[in-house]
Amino acid sequence: MTAVDAQVRTETLQLGKAIGAALHDALEADDKVFLMGEDIGQLGGVFRVTDGLQATFGPQRVIDSPLAESAIIGTAVGMAYRGYRPVVEIQFDGFIYPGFDQIVAQVAKLHYRTKGRVRMPMVIRVPYGGDIGSVEHHSESPESYFAHTAGLRVVTAATPQEAYSTLRAAIASDDPVLFFEPKSRYWSKGEVDRSIVRDLDAASILVPGRDVTLATYGPVVQTALEAAEAAADEGIEIEVIDLRSISPLDVDTVVASVERTGRLVVAHEAPKEASVSSELVASVAERAFASMQAAPERVTAYDTPYPPSAFEESYLPSVDRILDAVDRTLGRRHSRSTEPAAQGGAR
Amino acid sequence: MSLIEDRSLTAPAPNPALAAGLDEPLTVLHPDGSRHASELLDAHLGDVDEHALTDLYVDLSILRRIDAEAFALTRQGELLLWPPSQGQEAAQIGSGRALRDTDFVFGSYREHGLAYLRGVDQGEAMRVWKGVQQSGWDPMEHHLATPQIIIGAQSLHATGYAMASRLDGSDDVAVAYFGDGATSEGDVNEAMVFASAFQAPVIFVCQNNQYAISEPVAVQSGFPLALRPTGFGIPSLRVDGNDVLAVLAATRIAVERARSGGGPTFIEAMTYRMGPHTSTDDPKRYRSEDEVAAWREKDPIVRLERHLEALGAPIDRIREEARIRCDAVAKDLRAAVTAVSVPDHRALFDHVYTTPTARLERQRAEHDAFVASVVPEEHA
Ligand SMILES: Cc1ncc(C[n+]2csc(CCOP(=O)(O)OP(=O)(O)O)c2C)c(N)n1
Repeated sequence: MTAVDAQVRTETLQLGKAIGAALHDALEADDKVFLMGEDIGQLGGVFRVTDGLQATFGPQRVIDSPLAESAIIGTAVGMAYRGYRPVVEIQFDGFIYPGFDQIVAQVAKLHYRTKGRVRMPMVIRVPYGGDIGSVEHHSESPESYFAHTAGLRVVTAATPQEAYSTLRAAIASDDPVLFFEPKSRYWSKGEVDRSIVRDLDAASILVPGRDVTLATYGPVVQTALEAAEAAADEGIEIEVIDLRSISPLDVDTVVASVERTGRLVVAHEAPKEASVSSELVASVAERAFASMQAAPERVTAYDTPYPPSAFEESYLPSVDRILDAVDRTLGRRHSRSTEPAAQGGAR
Repeated sequence: MSLIEDRSLTAPAPNPALAAGLDEPLTVLHPDGSRHASELLDAHLGDVDEHALTDLYVDLSILRRIDAEAFALTRQGELLLWPPSQGQEAAQIGSGRALRDTDFVFGSYREHGLAYLRGVDQGEAMRVWKGVQQSGWDPMEHHLATPQIIIGAQSLHATGYAMASRLDGSDDVAVAYFGDGATSEGDVNEAMVFASAFQAPVIFVCQNNQYAISEPVAVQSGFPLALRPTGFGIPSLRVDGNDVLAVLAATRIAVERARSGGGPTFIEAMTYRMGPHTSTDDPKRYRSEDEVAAWREKDPIVRLERHLEALGAPIDRIREEARIRCDAVAKDLRAAVTAVSVPDHRALFDHVYTTPTARLERQRAEHDAFVASVVPEEHA
């Protein structure tokens, strides 16, 4: 590709708009693709991600559905039986649960149950994560529930380019994909090249570094990059990995990194117990234990329900909490090895 | 009346004979303030004299003022979010006034009128919308569940509460409030299955405000919503939701029925949300000015004001009294919201379990240690 070509293909977009562009291009490329969800048509979605799509493609392909999540997913299953490629929207993370049964009991298992005769090329888009100052049920990170279920792919994206490329790949996939959109980053801008399609399975190393591996995904990627920059000022090199795919996890990339750095920190917005970090830390320990020079650290939300927004700052992984964990892996702090409450002011 | 007293399990479903007001919503108070006879409703309005009408007028006015004040507070950054209730005052006050204190109300997020009627302190009510607490009031004290954001979920809770009340031999009833959009959810339909199967003393109050965010009610249903419950064997009343008297009477009918062992009733209150869905919504994207203007003509407060005037009530004095009460409520609300402070960060870990777990206590301690280590540095 020449430089001129690159200029023509690349545009600056907000992450939410990049998702809209991917939906537009997918609808244009394949008339079996259709969108369905609450308020996605005339309103263009509560985040305006689908803005203009119904006007362009008509109400048959961009469908404002009744207010019923189980039906949105369950009827999409039926449409997929007939060769359609549904891309459905769940308005907010906390509203996926009425559709949970259809996702884990039906969507995930149909290919297996029918020995491959029925495909579920369905994408379930879910704006997720916190830090938007909203009321309850609007800020959750439910990805682990789905990662725990075989037959589903669970992916997310951290930049406009990743969002575009990931969604195109998800729609092209014949497996069902849950696409978790980091809603707090919807308005962040970046370059988007519409010719780039990504591999749904692979993590990506965003910043190379020799001291500590920091694996994360979704909204926390930006926080991790800021932490890496701050650490670099102190001469600490953090290797930042964007996992991109939550299921399957690209353990290989993380293992190879930990074999170089000897240290692992995993960060995400979801609570800690039985989470993506639980899985990643266990998998890496199984395979790279000999290379590890410190216990792995996890920077996650606490094991409480998502709190009222006044507590968000305490609850979500922050640059400081990530650096704190990085320091612990480097033996510069010991705030977890002794009685925690006695560690005030230990920095 | 007979319409809803008959409940034949052999009747075909849906059964228009189980619904009243399908052709024309039941109403007694017209937009011009004139009062019209209704065979069904009038029998339940015998005690409503000028004094009671004045009380209703004051209630409606206060609710409108609470709403306006809270909305303004979102614009000033004092509240995060607000789902306005303007236009729906009669549906809320009319139904709420038909209940007694020990009846239990399970609302959604827009029933500010119910919180007001149940004596919830405005500062407490606003904690949710200020983002400092998820349950702003004590549900057990007020017999009012905390706001429900998961669409339709409360309809099941109300049904279960009603089943329990019946098991206890009590005549307390439960009331579920939800919107037109909610009627599409499985939960609401399953609630009706249970309510019907167990003859639960529950009342479903659907405030059909014509929209679920941007979607007109036609997306949810091609026929009157009041017909749907009849398919579950539940009788229904479709009323003019901007007529406080019609809503009051319909709810009284449903309450009497439930209290006396007659089972569930569905009320569809036909109304309109005059403002946006919430303070973050832009209704201009999905509905016309003309439509809004047409509904403004049916305003529930103006209608009652005209009616009082027509009765020869001292309307200037009533208006003045309402204004004084509204000003006081607004002042209190503003002061209460400003006074709400952010609780200590450690409260984040409270009430996850009835007995704290070791795992969570450890996280609390780690969090404390972290805060202690970072904050002084920032202030240094
Ligand atoms: C299970 C669930 N799905 C989606 C939403 C998002 N949402 C919030 S309000 C709303 C519309 C509700 O409409 P309706 O039931 O008519 O009540 P109204 O807001 O008009 O009072 C939607 C879709 C939600 N809160 N819960």
